[in-house]
Amino acid sequence: MVYPPLAGTCTRCGSALHSRAPLSLQRTIAWLLAGLIAYVPASIYPMLLTSTLFERQESTILGGVVDLLHHGSFGDAVIVFVASVVIPIGKFLAILYLVRAVGQHRALSAHQRQLMLEIVEFIGRWSMIDVFVVAILSALVQLDSVATINPGIAAVSFALSVVFTMLAAQSLDSRLIWDGSETGT
Amino acid sequence: MACTIAETGLVACPRCDLLHREPDRAENCTVSCSRCGVVLATPRAGAFTRVFVLALTAMILMVAAVYFPFLELQVAGLNNRTSVLDAILAFSSGLLLPLSVALAAFIVLIPSLRFAAVAYTLWPLVFDRPPFQYARPAFRLAERLRPWAMAEIFVLGVSVALVKVAGMASVGLGPAFWAFCALVVVAALHDNFMCRRTILKSLEQNAQ
Repeated sequence: MVYPPLAGTCTRCGSALHSRAPLSLQRTIAWLLAGLIAYVPASIYPMLLTSTLFERQESTILGGVVDLLHHGSFGDAVIVFVASVVIPIGKFLAILYLVRAVGQHRALSAHQRQLMLEIVEFIGRWSMIDVFVVAILSALVQLDSVATINPGIAAVSFALSVVFTMLAAQSLDSRLIWDGSETGT
Repeated sequence: MACTIAETGLVACPRCDLLHREPDRAENCTVSCSRCGVVLATPRAGAFTRVFVLALTAMILMVAAVYFPFLELQVAGLNNRTSVLDAILAFSSGLLLPLSVALAAFIVLIPSLRFAAVAYTLWPLVFDRPPFQYARPAFRLAERLRPWAMAEIFVLGVSVALVKVAGMASVGLGPAFWAFCALVVVAALHDNFMCRRTILKSLEQNAQ
């Protein structure tokens, strides 16, 4: 339904009405910063603690990539690197670009920026997969002294970083992208 | 707070704010915004019943998925059985405890709550009765929870973990694994049949 300005709440679904979400850009930037800060410990501290009969190993995200490279599995190394490093950092940059581009004419049209926001929102949830994999591995590989896998503290900060980035993408009011853009089709 | 407004016959696109004339009630066709292309409405005949039944199915599958054994690891005579609950509790020591709570929410609680809220909203509508008192807030809650229900991501995480472990040990898949896979399919169908606009309109019309 369409309401006049300052209508308060929607009579149909009961949510609060705003022409544009209040403080949308500030909120987005705040969540984005929180996500960035949480990403720092996520990449410094170990994600997995693996112990077998002979050795005990702590692996960070980047350490895991380097290990895979040493073992010669380049395909896996690329997948892990893209999923845990390129995508999170790409999300930060994309949201930052979208916030900066609000109300300006940029090389990317409103359509392309909208698509960008949607991709960020879609991929954002899927980043949680890293945390789930750690949880499943830790629950599954518990063979007393032979081999155990335990989660490291980085799992928490990685999860926080994902949640904060999701909130950042959700706080960005997509209508701002279209304000002042071409009209009609 | 709510103002009374005349029916303008206009619809604002929730994504780009372009105004559209309200489409005529056409069933089984999708109405999209002419500028940004977001789907405005997808009314379908019999959708309420389908969504309601799918939500109930999803809840039953969720019980099975949590209760039954999920995966079994076997290596050199040692074996370890894991349920979804164990995966959630993997983080339950010390500093990682909050993550256990978050995992429980993402994988089990939020998806269940969402399906329950949708079922609560649609139940009376399916039987042509006036909606329950809290149907509107329940439906709004269900829609807000949507991005946070991550059951399908969990299933993909399981397959990644299986690939990682497969080289070292043999892994058996329990009934809960298949229940979870079925849950993901049911949830996808459920979301696909759901038309927000049609549900909210019916809540409004049937309330009087």
